Amino acid sequence: MPTSNTTPTAPLPAKATSRKPSAKAASSDGLSNDLASQDPGLLRRLLRAKDRMDAASHEDWPVPRLARVSDVSEAHFARSFKEAFGVPPHRYLLTRRIERAKALLRDTDLPITEIAFQTGWGSLGTFGRTFRDITGESPGAVRARERAAGHEPAGLAPARTGGHGAKPPSDLGRVPACIVSAAQRPGLTTAVSEKRRREAGDINGSTEKEIP
Amino acid sequence: MSQSVEVVGLYVRDQDEALAFYVEKLGFRVHTDVRNGDYRWLTVQHPEQPSFQLGLFTPGPPVLDAATAQALRAIVAKGAMPPLVLNVDDCRATYDRLLARGVEFTQEPVDRYGNVDAGFRDPSGNGWKMIQARR
Repeated sequence: MPTSNTTPTAPLPAKATSRKPSAKAASSDGLSNDLASQDPGLLRRLLRAKDRMDAASHEDWPVPRLARVSDVSEAHFARSFKEAFGVPPHRYLLTRRIERAKALLRDTDLPITEIAFQTGWGSLGTFGRTFRDITGESPGAVRARERAAGHEPAGLAPARTGGHGAKPPSDLGRVPACIVSAAQRPGLTTAVSEKRRREAGDINGSTEKEIP
Repeated sequence: MSQSVEVVGLYVRDQDEALAFYVEKLGFRVHTDVRNGDYRWLTVQHPEQPSFQLGLFTPGPPVLDAATAQALRAIVAKGAMPPLVLNVDDCRATYDRLLARGVEFTQEPVDRYGNVDAGFRDPSGNGWKMIQARR
């Protein structure tokens, strides 16, 4: 019996492997209304790349690494990912990092520098800037606001381990914690660099590159 | 109790593949496997929960038109179907056992507020959380 995770069992439509230019244009706004345009076998492999970013968002995920996970060419990976999930892979990664950072700010007493490091940023400056761009607040402000709202850190244990015997930080306790976490993920529909430029009337431009 | 939920169905991309996964890897049992032409009604059950059946269905004719079926296959493959939860006594031991059988885990066991949870997917893309509740 076929048990391979990557072998599609249904015959693939020919259009799935060679996309026409018109299909590309139709999906350039990220709002593909043609659900049938991507081959399910490809989507399942793209999902694997998304899962890997979810599992280790603090790691670096350059396109070649993601493309290998999905067994897709580097040239096609970013476009296929965006078409499948609505955001470019790098931007998706940022939302996951910010989600984790917010949880750590809320649930632990870790210094902000440590949180930046743990969630995958190489510098505190980049972390703070990206965090503000996405959430509209600074990390310190988020921590202060969450504390004022009554979310105390879950004991001395880091949030990742939750702290044995501690209660979940809200009345969402009957919902699996991993799912609550996903529900609090920031939405990110525009590129961070683009948003920053727009808000600041930026002349210097951004030094960060968004993977298309 | 005179009323209860008996069957909840999942969409899978291939019923033979799903059957092998749920029976050989997760340890479910086949409850019903009957065919009528192209249609195949396939349900499995957890050995410790005989009153409940998990249906493993492929979207397609004669129930659905080809375009709708294709859209559903895409949605399943993107992992966009709702979460499923499996209760376990020992999340870490089960994780080790299933991992050795080749189950694709998306999250290693993590302690959260006294619970331990892990995540895996079936071959089609349906996402499961495996949770060991605090005692």
